[in-house]
Amino acid sequence: MGLQAYLTLAAVVFCIGLFGVVTRRNTIGILLGIELMLNSVNINLVAFARFSGDVTGMIFTVFTICITVVEAALGLAIVILLFRIRRTVMADHLDLLKG
Amino acid sequence: MMTSDGMFALAAVLLHALAFLVLAIVFPLRRMGRPAAYFSVLCAVGSLAAALLAWQAHAGETVSRLVWTWLPSGGQTLATVGVLADAESTAMLTLVALVACLVQVYSIGYLSEEPAPSLGRYYAYQSLFAFSMMGVVIAPNLVQLFICWELVGLCSYLLIGYWYYKPEAARAAVKAFWTTKLGDTGFLIGIVLLWRLSGTFDLTEMRVLVDSGALPVAGLSIITFCIYLGAVGKSAQFPLHVWLPDAMEGPTPVSALIHAATMVTAGVYLLLRLEWLFALTPGVLLIVAWIGAFTALLAAVLACVQDDIKRVLAYSTVSQLGYMMTAIGAGFATAGFFHLLTHGVFKALLFLGAGAVIHAVHSNDLQHMGGLARRMPQTTIVFLVGTLSLAGIPLFGGFLSKEEILGAVWAGGLVGPFALLMLVAFLTAFYMFRVVFLAFFGASWGPASAGSEGDHSHDAGDSRDHRHVPHDPPISMALPLWILALLSVAIGLYFLIAGPALPFGPGEPEFEAPGWLMPSAVAVAAAGILLAWLTYQQRTIDAASLAAAFGPIRDAALRKFWIDDLFEALYGRVLLAFSRLIGWIDRYIVDGVVNVASAWTLTSGDDLRTMQSGRAQDYVYGVAVGLVVLLLWVRLS
Repeated sequence: MGLQAYLTLAAVVFCIGLFGVVTRRNTIGILLGIELMLNSVNINLVAFARFSGDVTGMIFTVFTICITVVEAALGLAIVILLFRIRRTVMADHLDLLKG
Repeated sequence: MMTSDGMFALAAVLLHALAFLVLAIVFPLRRMGRPAAYFSVLCAVGSLAAALLAWQAHAGETVSRLVWTWLPSGGQTLATVGVLADAESTAMLTLVALVACLVQVYSIGYLSEEPAPSLGRYYAYQSLFAFSMMGVVIAPNLVQLFICWELVGLCSYLLIGYWYYKPEAARAAVKAFWTTKLGDTGFLIGIVLLWRLSGTFDLTEMRVLVDSGALPVAGLSIITFCIYLGAVGKSAQFPLHVWLPDAMEGPTPVSALIHAATMVTAGVYLLLRLEWLFALTPGVLLIVAWIGAFTALLAAVLACVQDDIKRVLAYSTVSQLGYMMTAIGAGFATAGFFHLLTHGVFKALLFLGAGAVIHAVHSNDLQHMGGLARRMPQTTIVFLVGTLSLAGIPLFGGFLSKEEILGAVWAGGLVGPFALLMLVAFLTAFYMFRVVFLAFFGASWGPASAGSEGDHSHDAGDSRDHRHVPHDPPISMALPLWILALLSVAIGLYFLIAGPALPFGPGEPEFEAPGWLMPSAVAVAAAGILLAWLTYQQRTIDAASLAAAFGPIRDAALRKFWIDDLFEALYGRVLLAFSRLIGWIDRYIVDGVVNVASAWTLTSGDDLRTMQSGRAQDYVYGVAVGLVVLLLWVRLS
């Protein structure tokens, strides 16, 4: 399989993630979508590293995974706090940014 | 070319400027009152000496110019300032300096009861006025002339409104300012148009153009008419004469200086200065003559029914200005100028005499006077001299100048205006002697003599009591009166001996007055005096029945021929309606456009802000769609 297949996979995963972020009403669902989008990037990085024979992309991916974990932990913490204060985790009720 | 007459004239002007500047800047001096007055009088005396020297030093028909560059533009000079000393300007300068000086001396006595700070203010205004008026007189170009002309108008406003806490005075000041401003607008337009036509503001250069025939005559009529409008406003010609009688709200010395002797003659002087220009437009001159004669008649009729001594004199001034204008319109400006000079002397005398009476009686109303001859013999004599001068009786100042004007108008072939002026001569003698008989002779003064004119009632509610016995004025007021009286007689005698050869003015086209003119003019004046004597002294003719004989005219005159009402209606209806229209346009159309634009911005912003749902997902959606659009755009372009 060539590079294109991996890139296509990454694009598909990214779009699924984006779709999830845009459409899910539950904040946790949105976080899941973000994870998918990040992982599609990881796929890209690994695929490029593999096909160009350069390990830099793979090392970078390790960092990304770490950061993703931290991000997920922070995101969930925010969601819990949000739930405590607003008694909801539905995204369309959270419109404090409204102009 | 610098000559002594120019330098003297300049000194005369600058002395008054010095007095004004010192009084304006050194405010402790101004607030001290009397010292300020003495300083101003000192400068005025110096100025009079300088003006006399300038007049003496002026030789023959030479014209000396003294100009400095001002407003340089594009390598050449747009305008200059300086002095143009010729026969006319030095003579006029002397008159202004003389009257200004005497009035300042007189004011020390007349305004002795004023608080010190306002006396200082008065003298500051007086000095500024004298400076500006002299600036008009010596102006070598129209720009300087116009600036000083406006300054003169400003001083008139300030001095009429000197007692600004009196509502009538404040109103009269504003009225005078606006009415003259109406004419000044025309004047300014005329100057600018003339500049476009001739390319210069300078009087001498312009005259050279005119003499060489280089000035195109086409369109000149409009220019001269516009300039004439300025003179109409300043010299109180019909229909802009309405401000002058109201201007009598100012202190009497101010009326003498500004509204009789000098400022109001500025219009006549302007036309005299530009007579060579006006000579090119005979049509405009004809208008000048007719309006002048009509103004003279109108004002003379109005003067006959006034009971306020100052208003009689004010209308008389308007009437005499009409005389001068008629002479200029007939093409003999020098005759008008001659009358201007003599009139300046004896009208100042009359006003100052009236001031002495008002000072003594504490009232302007003729009905409150009477029999003053016994109480105030000096004032009576000088007032009588002034009256005889104004009536045009031989041996007195106004006699020859009036003959000159009548002769000039006859020689100019203007039969209509001539007839009007003869009638005015009769009325002048009548109304002036009416004042003399009512105020100085006849029944004793006081409320008991009120109602001698019968049919229209005055509120005699002058709160000032009449226990105070009138007496002749103090020396500071009497001295100017006597000087002016002696001058009036001296002028009359001088010209009687020397003949009517005028000691100024370049070769004016001579005219031959017909032999019957002088006797008939004197007879007409004598008839006027006789009528006044019979009516108000002997009372063989009942004043009431005389009034009844002229019923409609008298009623109309009492209403000032509705001219003031007309102006008020014009102001109240037309001008205010127009202002409201403009206001409406401004409010609803000009502002409307702005308001609609702002309202539209506001509502569209209001609508657009709903895009900001505050939901993070919507933003992400927007970013995603935006990204896709951007990609497509990059791709396709």
